[in-house]
Amino acid sequence: MLQNSTKASDINNMNSVDDNNGRHNVPTHAIDPSVIHKHEASLKDEEICIEVNAFNFFYGANQALKDINLKIPQKRVTAFIGPSGCGKSTLLRCFNRMNDLIDNVRVEGKMILHGQDIFDKSVNVSDLRRRIGMVFQKPNPFPKSIYENVAYGLRIQGVKNRHILDEAVENSLKHAALWDEVKDRLDDNAMGLSGGQQQRLVIARAIAIEPEVLLLDEPASALDPISTLKIEELIYQLKSDYTIVIVTHNMQQAARVSDYTAYMYLGELIEFNDTAKLFTNPKEKMTEDYITGRMG
Amino acid sequence: MNIQKHISKEYDNELETVRSHVMEMGGIVENQLTGAITALVESDIELAEKIVKTEYKVNLQEVSIDEQCIRILAKRQPAAVDLRLIMAVIKTITDLERIGDEAQKIAKKAIYLSESQAPKAYYISIKAMGSLVVNMVHDSLNAFARMDSKEAFIVASREPESDEQYVAILRQLITYMMEDPRSISTSIDAIWTARAMERIADHARNICEYVIYFVEGKDVRHITIEEMEKELSEKL
Repeated sequence: MLQNSTKASDINNMNSVDDNNGRHNVPTHAIDPSVIHKHEASLKDEEICIEVNAFNFFYGANQALKDINLKIPQKRVTAFIGPSGCGKSTLLRCFNRMNDLIDNVRVEGKMILHGQDIFDKSVNVSDLRRRIGMVFQKPNPFPKSIYENVAYGLRIQGVKNRHILDEAVENSLKHAALWDEVKDRLDDNAMGLSGGQQQRLVIARAIAIEPEVLLLDEPASALDPISTLKIEELIYQLKSDYTIVIVTHNMQQAARVSDYTAYMYLGELIEFNDTAKLFTNPKEKMTEDYITGRMG
Repeated sequence: MNIQKHISKEYDNELETVRSHVMEMGGIVENQLTGAITALVESDIELAEKIVKTEYKVNLQEVSIDEQCIRILAKRQPAAVDLRLIMAVIKTITDLERIGDEAQKIAKKAIYLSESQAPKAYYISIKAMGSLVVNMVHDSLNAFARMDSKEAFIVASREPESDEQYVAILRQLITYMMEDPRSISTSIDAIWTARAMERIADHARNICEYVIYFVEGKDVRHITIEEMEKELSEKL
């Protein structure tokens, strides 16, 4: 009798050993949640730098942006992707009112930078552009020395103290990962630098005046792959201090450097999502068709 | 799931080729498995030996498909559904290769068991279990071919059945061993075959989970069937 009961329990033990191996029986709570690495960022937890509300933009009768609603998170990299003519550069240029320079443009809706409407009449545009710096596709250094290029913005602001200027130039060049390459020839003409170096110099010039936001319009599309990687590495470094908005045609670049990605098409914002999600499992079919190369 | 064509036709061809190779590999594995079970149930030594010898074909397929996937990753940097397809393929072929290994194990045990017969009841149960796992493998490959997450879920939800059948066979053979200790060695061989089939059902379920990941973009691994159903409830 006793023997029988032992045997019965043996059988049960064998079963339960198997149950532990059998994956279907492992309760979910047995998986320690801390071992699951969450790479997903969530917009809900982000501090917002620029808020775009019901924004419309017209070039004459032509509507370039249609009802854009978007929140650019603080100290993160936000990428705008989309085919040519989708309005991503137009949107980027609205952030520091570069489009003011074009005749016949009209703006509806709001863009709010830390509580202040960018398009409010009281806004001083020079001041706005000091807070929101911009770098373009083609490097555009001034035909001056490397030093003067970086010091330019500060000089315009009236800074004359040589020590302050020296320090700012050094810091900005270090920040732009260019210092080691140019520290011995700061007085050389900036036009003598390579394209990749010029682009980093322009970024150094932009950050010398400590803006809050950096707008990058195709910053690496005229550069070779190595210089491109240097710019991407730089973007990664800079996001601890600046809010960065980048327009790029290179989708892999958007996937590599950005935390959030906005996909635009024909002036509309189709999807704004965490970058990892947008490139692995986009919500919208249109986004999927674009990023997988099915559109056209 | 309908997938639109890429702008690059060559890219479409590459993905299509990989998928058809997975189906081909699946076909070989399915044949290996059906053969192994037939060899076991009918004590067909010749068939069993043939299966043990041809297992290498599956391994070669796995290596070749892996290489194709790596080439696509390097060349195309796939995103979204394409990326999920490549991930699903890489994982699916690992499970297929393991199913091939298990089939080989069953074939080897079939050779031992043909010499010393296990009890009749065992053959009846193992035949039933065998047909369950063969169907599961077949249907999981079907779900993969059709990119059908609904079918994948149905197949995955049959996996616990195999566990029940395994436990039943285990009990049966333990009783048999207790009755006649001389049968222990034969019974252990018989237990191994059931164990292999139970593992195969797990692999088939894994394949279904990759199909769901690929189609829906939802990771449904390591959760219960009920939780899986909940995850997919909007879609099913």
